[in-house]
This record gives sequence, structure tokens and C-alpha cells, in this order.
Amino acid sequence: MALRITSIDIAALARGVVIPVVVLILWQITAMKGWVNPQILPAPSQVATKWWEYLMPTSPFTEGSYWAWLISGELLHDAYASLYRVVGGFLIGALLALPLGLLMGTSESIYKLFDPLVQVLRPIPPIAYIPLAILWFGLGNPPAFFLISIGAFFPVLMNTIAGVRNVDGIYLRAARNLGADRLTMFRRVIMPAAMPYILAGMRIGVGTAFIVVIVAEMIAVNNGLGYRILEAREYMWSDKIIAGMFTIGFLGLGIDIGMNSLNNHLLRWHRGIDQS
Amino acid sequence: MLIHIEHVHKRFTVPEGEVIALNDINLSIDAGEFVCLLGPSGCGKSTLLNAIAGFSPPSAGTIGIDGRIDGAKAPGPDRGMVFQEYALFPWMTVAQNIRFGLEIKKLSAKEADEKVISLLRKFNLYEFRDRFPKDLSGGMRQRVAIARVLALDSPIMLMDEPFGALDALTRRTLQDELLRIWDEFRKTIIFVTHSIEESIYLADRVIVMTYRPGTVKRDVRLSLPRPRDTTSAEFNALKRELTESVMEEQMRFAKTELASI
Repeated sequence: MALRITSIDIAALARGVVIPVVVLILWQITAMKGWVNPQILPAPSQVATKWWEYLMPTSPFTEGSYWAWLISGELLHDAYASLYRVVGGFLIGALLALPLGLLMGTSESIYKLFDPLVQVLRPIPPIAYIPLAILWFGLGNPPAFFLISIGAFFPVLMNTIAGVRNVDGIYLRAARNLGADRLTMFRRVIMPAAMPYILAGMRIGVGTAFIVVIVAEMIAVNNGLGYRILEAREYMWSDKIIAGMFTIGFLGLGIDIGMNSLNNHLLRWHRGIDQS
Repeated sequence: MLIHIEHVHKRFTVPEGEVIALNDINLSIDAGEFVCLLGPSGCGKSTLLNAIAGFSPPSAGTIGIDGRIDGAKAPGPDRGMVFQEYALFPWMTVAQNIRFGLEIKKLSAKEADEKVISLLRKFNLYEFRDRFPKDLSGGMRQRVAIARVLALDSPIMLMDEPFGALDALTRRTLQDELLRIWDEFRKTIIFVTHSIEESIYLADRVIVMTYRPGTVKRDVRLSLPRPRDTTSAEFNALKRELTESVMEEQMRFAKTELASI
């Protein structure tokens, strides 16, 4: 049984890499034949070399901690800076959206009070807040956190409201019948019942936060992956631009995989869960 | 007299006008009685049960519980309800579902544990205590739901077509289990069903209700000894008699359905 699963996994893995490998080979051939200017599109091998350089420390190891030296490369610093902003901004946005969403979902009067404002603010893309963010917070991390938290806020808010409003009435009736007071009802019935929606909102929110962090870094800060690829453009380092883009892609993928496994764990009770 | 239902009316407003779901219901149910409410869809049997449970109070009239005239004003753990759709909390394990009501009652952890374990054993659910409801069969889910209500020690158990979604064999097993529990814990049970056979198999007393407006059509006391043999002559004589009563109402229901097309 275990053997069969492994062979299936290998087959699926092989199928998954066919297209990327073909694309890489075509790209490499294109570059080697000199069909395009390497400044416009460098060979994948050149991108890989650059990525390695970007990853590793610039000066050779001399003394002190080997690990400290190993992680002193530019890429890891940039990735850490970007990730720090995503997590910080996301937490600010989500922690503001969650209680408001729970209140708006449970109370019709609070919903009516806040809904018009939410409906007007929601369609404004977080990017449109950039001028205001710089005006209010200057440069550096504060405007980045502000922009990212806006990106995370609305998906979490909307899904939390929808989640609470969609709680099946049968659970509320059962809980009332078992003697639950309002607080117990909220904490042990409404919250967990709305959790699939809330987590879906958080997953979208993290995705938005990741898009916003790159844009914010291009404008308001001078480190991070977004800043680095814009800087590389000034020097016409197209290999570094592409290396940075792939790093962004893999980091985003990593975040999504992490969110998904958190989802699957928290919602292990849930029927028809997305097992991807 | 444990439950005293007096002049209970229930009206609903629907887009087409007003529906009288219950019209002047008067019933007295003694402690320890097993009562079945029987009738076709739309006869108000579930409406009456929901009124007793306190989910949907009557438009007029009173439902007294244990001498308290407003005893059914709100839902409460003195009237434990078992729903057709089980209504287990899917995010809680079997043991957590049964424990939920005990935690609300602020039982000590030790007392709650003991009670949960004894109920798990009684219902042959001990091995499944850490499973989530989605991993249980329909019969097992309904056993958990019954155990969850029993944990409350409520004198009254309200059951809304609890076995309606189960296959015939599982259904019979659960009926027998329910009768054992009723005998052991001496609960008062009000059991809604549209199965004539089920009502005769279980009840001390079968209340046949009329189709819209819901009224008490017949109040039949059964004295057949238990366990009841569904193939006996007495059982079938009763079944014939009650079928006639219920089918009259079913015809009225079918006619109304047809007219509304």
C-alpha cells in the first residue's frame, strides 16, 4: 500500500515538472542561440547563477559563527524583511477585521451601522492608499504595515461576516436547548461554525498582503524583495530581476502551503474539505 | 401532570396569508409517559413540539411544565431535544458533544468525565469517543445526540422524527435502545413521527393530529405489553385503525398540495 502511494506520488511529481522543464529547455536554447539580447532575457542558467550569488554571502567565511555567516546573504535578508512585513501587516489587518466581522455578523444593528462605510472603502485597492500612506507615515515599515493591513482587512472582514451569518440555525437551536448562554453560544458554537469562512478569508487576505508588500517595497522602503527587483532594474540586471521574481513566487507558494495545512488541521472536522 | 397544554393556538403569516398551524390544542401528559404525535406533513406536530421546546412559543394559550405556567417560554435543558438532522456540533468529537451540556451546567471536570464515559459505554460509543460526527454512521450520530440529551438529566425528552433518516434495521435497533433508556431513566418522551408502526411500537399513547389546522383528532392509549410484536393480531388491528385515521388527513393534505399547483 505504502509502495503504491509512493509510486503514484512519483508519477504525479513527474507529470508536474514536465511543463516547467520543457519551458526551461526552450528558454535556455533561445538564449544560447543568441535569438534575444541577454540583457532583455538572460539564460536560465545565468539566472540560477545570479540567484546563488544573491543567496550566498558576498565575502568569504573568515571567523565567528558559520551559521551567522551563511545567512548573511542579501536574499535571505530581503526575504525575511518581506515576510516580516507580510506577517505584521496581516496580523494588524486580520485582528482588526475579526472582531468587527463577528460583531457585524451577529448584530443586525451594528451591521447596518458599519456596512455603508465598508461598502465604500472596500473597492478602493490598497495600492491607492500609497500616497496617503507616505504622507501619514513617511517611509520605512510603518506605511508598508498600513498598506498590507488594508489588503488583509477586507477579505477577512467580509468572510467573517458571511461566516457568522451562514451559521446553520440548527446548531443555535441545539445549543440553546442544551442551556448555552450568549457567551458560550458565541465562543463555542458561532465561532467554530463560522471558522471555514473565516479561514478562507484569511487565506485570501494573506495572498493580498503578499501582493501589497511587493508594491509597498517598490515605493516606500529600501530593502525587501520588491525593493531589490526594482533596484536591479536600475542597473539593468535582468538576471537578478528574474531571480528575485522566482523568490517571490516560491515564498508566496510556501505561505499558501502553510495556510492550507493550517486550514486542514483546524478544519479536520469539516466535511468535503479541500485536500489539495 | 407534568406537561399541561391549554388552548394552544399557533398562527404563521405567509405570503399567501395566514396559516393556522395549531388550533385549540389541549393535552395533559403525565410524568414518565411515552407519547407519540402522529400525522401527515403539515399537521402541526413539529410545531407543537417546537412550542413545548420553547423555540417558537404559541400565539395563544399556555404550556405549563411541572406546574410552572410559563415553563415553556424559552428553550432549556429541562426539555432536551433530539432533532431529525442530529444537530451534533461537527467541530466537536463525540465525547465533546456529550460533554457540552455538562460544561454549561458547570459540573466539575471529574463528574463530567465520569458521566460522559458512562454514557459512551452505555451507547457502545466508547471506541468512537474521539471521532468527529462526519466519520459516524447515521445511527451512531443519533445515539450521540440522544446521549447528549441524556447527559443533561432532563425529565422531558422531545424527539422530532429522530429516526426518520435511518434505514429500517438501524431504526428498529434504535427504537429498542430508546425503549430501554426510557425504562431505565423514566423519562417523559414526546416523540413526533409520521410512521404509524413506529408510534404503535413505542408509545403508551398515540395522539393523531388533523391536517391544517392542527387539532387533536384522536388520543389513543395503548396497553399492549412490551416488547411489542409487530406481527401480532392486536398490533395489526391497531395499525389498521390508526392508518384509517391518519390516511383521512393525508388525503386532505394531498388535495391541498394538488390545489396549490
